[in-house]
Amino acid sequence: MNNRLYGNLIFELSKEGRKGYSLPKNNFGRYEVPASMRRSEDARLPECDELTVVRHYTNLSNNNFGVDTGFYPLGSCTMKYNPKINEEMAAQPQFQNLHPEQPAKTTQGALALVALLEKSLCELTGLAHFTFKPYAGAHGELTGLMTIDNYHRSRGDLARKKVIVPDSAHGTNPASAAVCGLEIIEVKSLADGTVDFDDLQRICSVSGDSIAAMMMTNPNTLGLFETRIPEIAKLIHGCGGLMYYDGANLNPMLGACRPGDMGFDVMHINLHKTFSTPHGGGGPGAGPVGVREGLQEFFPCVSPYHGNFGVMMRAYAYILSLGRENIKEVGPLAVLNANYIKESLKDVYELPIDGLCCHEFVFDGLKDKSTGVTTMDVAKRLLDYGYHAPTIYFPLLFHESLMVEPTENESKETLDGFIAVMRQIAEEAKTDPDKVKSAPHNTPIGRVDDVLAAKHPIVTFRQMKNERMKE
Amino acid sequence: MAKFEEGLRYSESHEYIRVEGEYGYVGISDYAQHALGNVVYVDMPDVDDEVTAGEEFGAVESVKAASDLISPVSGTVVEVNEALEDKPELLNEDAFGNWIIKVQLSDPSELDALMDVEAYKAHCAE
Amino acid sequence: MYKYYPQTDADLQAMLAKVGVKNLDGLYAQIPESIRFRGDYKLPSEMSELEVRDTFKKLGEQNEQLTCFAGFGVYDHYTPSVIPSLLQRSEFLTSYTPYQAEISQGTLHYIFEYQSMMAELTGMDIANASMYDGTTAAAEAMMMSVAAGKKQNKVLVSAGMNPRTREVLDTYALHQGIELVTIPLKDGVTSKQDLEAQLAAGDVAGVMVQQPNVYGIVEDFTGFADACHDKKALFIIDNVAADLAVLKTPGEWQADIAVGDGQSLGIPMLFGGPYVGYMCCTEKLIRKMPGRIVGMTKDNRDQRAFVLTLQAREQHIRRQKATSNICSNQSLMALFVTVYMSLMGKQGVKEAAELSYAGAHYLCDALLKTGKFHLTYDKPFFNEFHVKYDDDVDALYQRFIEAGFLGGVKFDGGLLFAVTEKRSKEEIDNLVKLAAL
Repeated sequence: MNNRLYGNLIFELSKEGRKGYSLPKNNFGRYEVPASMRRSEDARLPECDELTVVRHYTNLSNNNFGVDTGFYPLGSCTMKYNPKINEEMAAQPQFQNLHPEQPAKTTQGALALVALLEKSLCELTGLAHFTFKPYAGAHGELTGLMTIDNYHRSRGDLARKKVIVPDSAHGTNPASAAVCGLEIIEVKSLADGTVDFDDLQRICSVSGDSIAAMMMTNPNTLGLFETRIPEIAKLIHGCGGLMYYDGANLNPMLGACRPGDMGFDVMHINLHKTFSTPHGGGGPGAGPVGVREGLQEFFPCVSPYHGNFGVMMRAYAYILSLGRENIKEVGPLAVLNANYIKESLKDVYELPIDGLCCHEFVFDGLKDKSTGVTTMDVAKRLLDYGYHAPTIYFPLLFHESLMVEPTENESKETLDGFIAVMRQIAEEAKTDPDKVKSAPHNTPIGRVDDVLAAKHPIVTFRQMKNERMKE
Repeated sequence: MAKFEEGLRYSESHEYIRVEGEYGYVGISDYAQHALGNVVYVDMPDVDDEVTAGEEFGAVESVKAASDLISPVSGTVVEVNEALEDKPELLNEDAFGNWIIKVQLSDPSELDALMDVEAYKAHCAE
Repeated sequence: MYKYYPQTDADLQAMLAKVGVKNLDGLYAQIPESIRFRGDYKLPSEMSELEVRDTFKKLGEQNEQLTCFAGFGVYDHYTPSVIPSLLQRSEFLTSYTPYQAEISQGTLHYIFEYQSMMAELTGMDIANASMYDGTTAAAEAMMMSVAAGKKQNKVLVSAGMNPRTREVLDTYALHQGIELVTIPLKDGVTSKQDLEAQLAAGDVAGVMVQQPNVYGIVEDFTGFADACHDKKALFIIDNVAADLAVLKTPGEWQADIAVGDGQSLGIPMLFGGPYVGYMCCTEKLIRKMPGRIVGMTKDNRDQRAFVLTLQAREQHIRRQKATSNICSNQSLMALFVTVYMSLMGKQGVKEAAELSYAGAHYLCDALLKTGKFHLTYDKPFFNEFHVKYDDDVDALYQRFIEAGFLGGVKFDGGLLFAVTEKRSKEEIDNLVKLAAL
């Protein structure tokens, strides 16, 4: 239940003279900030009592959907369960109050945790060293590419400025390469979605001397394992490039295959995917970067300290909880869950590439295209039934991509419920398409006007007020 | 269905140019605005900026896409269509009626490399 | 089975049958055997919750709990108890980026509030949905100034920037091919004369200064913005967020971009993160800004709604031409500082800043009174100051540690002390007693 009053903007709940804080008295005497330093008017922050603030944000949380709320099959995001013990561990005061500039001998516990986590990640990936400086997956990607760039520079191999990425890659890959000052060469995909080895050979024969690295996820963006990975690695290494593993899809590989053994030299891990730390509405995550022996000296300084240490604490708690016995079940169970959904729905949703998938798979919209119901409509209708939508319109290989990733934590009953609803929506698309096209109906708000938002951007309360005054 | 206009020259990246004497009016084709959908922003150069044939001079954004504007000719920007700053949707309403920049051409022979309307129609049909 | 795995044997059999494989191993039939991982990871055995707790407790006990007088970009401010409790609301904690606006209004709504508050605090027009931290926000601002410029490729950076930030700037600049030029300090503040000379040399896209600077000094930027704008360079100020409750704002200094770390708004120090970077700019630059932005709009029921907007700038659409490769924001930490600013409000943020100011000046006076210290630069400072010690500074620092104090940060041959509202008079007096020995 939500209360309209508390659902306002916090600024609209403000009243002059109210306060929601308590601070110690100033008993230092006569020290006052001189006028020359001061801002001319106070920041117009809200003035609210404590309960109003608590109610406001509690009400807002009710308008949100998290993994704790229900099934969240958002492809490529690995929305697994975020264990509560992780939160409890990260909240320990013995860590909370550590200043990052404290001398090492006073932070031995924290440093030990960094070392232990590094050792665990090395074991799980088959690589030799990790840096924890990167704050997120994209930041890790950039760090990994900088590491590669530094390596080539150190050898005086300055022409290596090209990065090969599959044409199905996520937009972050080319964006990270650009920030790193590198250029992209796209390698084609075959009809089955895997790398076109012939095209790769062609690229290597033409541009071999300028290849800095090849960037891949494995399984790839379609959830398919690149079976020719040993040959690909050999080819790239043969022309002097390094292999970069984008850890976005690492989850299904736990217990099955390690990036280091596949032939990768550098990788990042999204701790907020594979290692169960919460996504927090978009962050903080962590993107530690691992390398083969010898490359660690090329790690760049992309942040001042040990990255998002609090996120690392959670990941370590997760690894300890699962232990070697259970961590190797992560991959197989995630893969089973994905394949189970795929097999149960492929008669009503278009499955462009049949066969075993890994942790996720992509439908190309409904099988019956005559209804006019799009992937967007299916996604919005799912919200009505209490499910988060899958990832939509990615990858760009298909027009109506609908990407489903269930993770290992979902029960058969949950999956069966989702399957039933997906089938029902397919049925509704035929019997009552308008209902699907105008969905969602049961959410706090309906479909939003993206065009209005982008055409006249209003991104602060002050802009909103000024706009109202104009009207 | 996209509209096409006679008498203009077109580029492969879907810009058109209407030549009047030593000046050219550059915009995006109706086909291009269809493909983009609702235009929400047009990123334009400043007056007096130099543009080069085949190089980017701005961008057109819709909610879910962004497309670079590639200049069909080289020259100096003498005017930008300020109406698009507040009403980018004009490109959707009438792409040919709303040019984006006016360029003083530095090399009119570049026009020969562009397509006429028939060639452009065929290009769009590909 | 394990507590996070709900599949019973019967479930497994039924699901495997549906998929058409005999066992779990069959799911990986496509992986070449030569690279399959068989056997056990060399990791500890499964731990019960009690054992996990015990392990963390033992690790925690190896950390020394010190009374903090250190800053250098990370400050020990007070965290209202409401915040951790609201941050654990799992609808916030366990959600992802708000792609589906209809079931993410909670996140979108607070990000809009966050943007509004940061714009107020910095006196700038607009803010983005947050960045990773202050140092990476500064790097993004550096890249943004180059991208916004015509062909200029040089960024001038004041020697008053924290070297930790500078190191991150250097990293990004190296790979981007941006030339960074240092503007030296004169008497502890950015030399305006050198700034003007460098601007005159041309090719400058941006000028970056820090407030208060790395010595804690509050600089006077009069004339800086005009000097920059005359040469079509953007003026960027990196400011400690909490201090802006009182200090003259980047907006008042006519900055084009304001960046910094929001950690000082009550976020625990936690050995370096997570924190939250902020970035604000003028309305004119909105489409050059990196990162997520939340905007206001309407839904199809004519209700006010919030949505991710201006996405055409971002990596998932523009790929290598995006304004940045950043895909996310530091959402939960943005919520943290939003709740902080809601509770503290207009008066509370000022009071906390004034308390910090008073405590720092009280400490400074007391240290000077011992006769063993002098200010490295006798300039106005806020809640952090740099002193030189007449005796062995390492020994003094060690003496502080042994007595349970983190006595500042050793820097430039002296000590940089910071004081926040958390430091009591008694704690300060005790520190001074040690210093006077």
